[in-house]
Amino acid sequence: MNQDQSQSQAPADIAAFEGGTKAPPAVTSALLYLDGVSVSFDGYRAIRNLSLFIEPGEMRAIIGPNGAGKTTMMDIVTGKTRPDEGDVLFDHGKHDLTKLDETAIAELGIGRKFQKPTVFESHTVADNVLLALSGPRGPFASLFGWRNKVAREKVDAILETAGLLEHRARLAGEISHGQKQWLEIGMLLAQDPAILLVDEPVAGMTDHETELTAALLRQINKEHTVIVVEHDMAFVRALDCKVTCLHEGSVLAEGSLDRVAGDERVIEVYLGR
Amino acid sequence: MIAKVFFERYDRAGLIFLGVMATIAIFVPLSNLLLPTDSFLHVPTYVMSLVGKYLCYAILALSLDLVWGYCGILSLGHGAFFALGGYAMGMYLMRQIGSRGVYGNPDLPDFMVFLNWKEIPWFWYGFDMFPFALLMMALVPGLLAFLFGWLAFRSRVTGVYLSIITQAMTYALLLAFFRNDMGFGGNNGLTDFKDILGFNIQAQGTRAALFFATALLLILSYMLARWMVTTAFGKVLVAVRDAESRTRFLGYRVEHFKLLVFTVSAAMAGIAGALYVPQVGIINPSEFSPANSIEAVIWVAVGGRGTLVGAALGAVVVNFLKTWFTTGFLAPYWLFMLGALFIGVTLAMPKGIVGTLQDWSARRRERATYTEKSAQKIAEQGE
Repeated sequence: MNQDQSQSQAPADIAAFEGGTKAPPAVTSALLYLDGVSVSFDGYRAIRNLSLFIEPGEMRAIIGPNGAGKTTMMDIVTGKTRPDEGDVLFDHGKHDLTKLDETAIAELGIGRKFQKPTVFESHTVADNVLLALSGPRGPFASLFGWRNKVAREKVDAILETAGLLEHRARLAGEISHGQKQWLEIGMLLAQDPAILLVDEPVAGMTDHETELTAALLRQINKEHTVIVVEHDMAFVRALDCKVTCLHEGSVLAEGSLDRVAGDERVIEVYLGR
Repeated sequence: MIAKVFFERYDRAGLIFLGVMATIAIFVPLSNLLLPTDSFLHVPTYVMSLVGKYLCYAILALSLDLVWGYCGILSLGHGAFFALGGYAMGMYLMRQIGSRGVYGNPDLPDFMVFLNWKEIPWFWYGFDMFPFALLMMALVPGLLAFLFGWLAFRSRVTGVYLSIITQAMTYALLLAFFRNDMGFGGNNGLTDFKDILGFNIQAQGTRAALFFATALLLILSYMLARWMVTTAFGKVLVAVRDAESRTRFLGYRVEHFKLLVFTVSAAMAGIAGALYVPQVGIINPSEFSPANSIEAVIWVAVGGRGTLVGAALGAVVVNFLKTWFTTGFLAPYWLFMLGALFIGVTLAMPKGIVGTLQDWSARRRERATYTEKSAQKIAEQGE
């Protein structure tokens, strides 16, 4: 599909949708489509009428102060949290994510990297990637299936990309914090999802590691759609992509980093005045 | 080629375990039957029965380690699956008595005659046939575990809550089996067995055969468990144990994995119970008591959870200590001893006997390679 055409089409869809037709649009060009999403926890409205459209092949950075709802947004997309209202659609409106659980959503091709690196610490680095590799994931398939006979090269290719090849035999619990973050990104790659949700990948990293991570994500974006949630502005600049700024659970500004950073309301929110 | 694949699956502890068990399986029955009683190597019948009992416990411990050590499901009700397998065997053995009971009724077991029952209840049908009974020994515990697990895992009941409901399950079964109307002999359970497969159950030869069968089943259970944990399936189990929600986000249906391993484990526990009953000669509701299930957890913790070999070793060691302590002047202190053992192991050796040994040998090997490397370096610098 033509990228420019699809981008101009999306708002038209929304206009029609908001204009009274209750049913979500059957066709949207967006890979991930969130519209009018709200969720509250014990009366606190973490997400308010959030709308977000991610086009296939896009890289999007989501910024915003603490409590803006960035992680909650990811929880909604991956099925950890159910929205109180609104539409969350995937793959050109084909799947309603609000009706699926975490496993089903992961199977559709939505991969997630958590804020706190969560790797399987008592497995080796290579086994972590092996478990992530896309393919049949049933219990019987795991007992008898191909995952027991995966070629070493397949795992190693991913470890190479993530820069972890020399650590393949080490336990994932023993590698450094930054390496764990890369391992998790590597696991995402192994999952080969249609879209990668990456939550604060450079938290706790050195400047050098941050640069490497930005390069890694740009490389991944050549074949995958990526959403990155991040605080680190230098990192977001290095990603060089469209930026969405969230505040109090809804979109405050959207566009290039310079435009968003120049927005008066964004400055106000960030400086707290 | 096959040998290579075989040896690759087992670690050193596993190979030692298989070797020792194969030796015991062959040596003990033969020594009991063939060697003269005054021989130094003769194994008396009472020792053989006792060790046979320990080996049944070892199978139970293996099954528990499979769910607890690898998948993090702390079942405090595994004794229930053991007892159900035992009851299935007991029912078969009751039917074998035939008209040799106290009341001489060829169709009804004694306790049913005593209760004035006129005909055998439907759930006793088929237990006069050994193949059917054999199937039930694994199927009944397996089915219960499947239903229980299906409800619990689907609702994402985990951790302490799951442990408590497994405990409640075994306690509920304890109370149910105490009732005479249940049709399983009530308080007295099932006993006074005569034959198994037509052989006198008291005969030395039968006892030796039962011992051999138990040792063989322990070996087979170990091989099955080891196979499960070394496949990708086993890696997913460990992943679930360490980071359940992460495993879900990776796209694994965690509840299916738990359900399969829980069911297999329960069937294994059932077979252990079935082998236990003919060797001790009785099965009664006290086998369902929660304390039994908790004791099994202690065996696994002492031996080393998540090692399989450790679970089996723990069962044998703790039960040996129990036999030793409960026969003699130390008898009143056994429970204190057991408690102290559990606390001591948890504090001093959190990985149990086998886990600690493995850590220790790994460290020694690491140090050896390190010394070798530095020696090399020094030699290079000297040149």
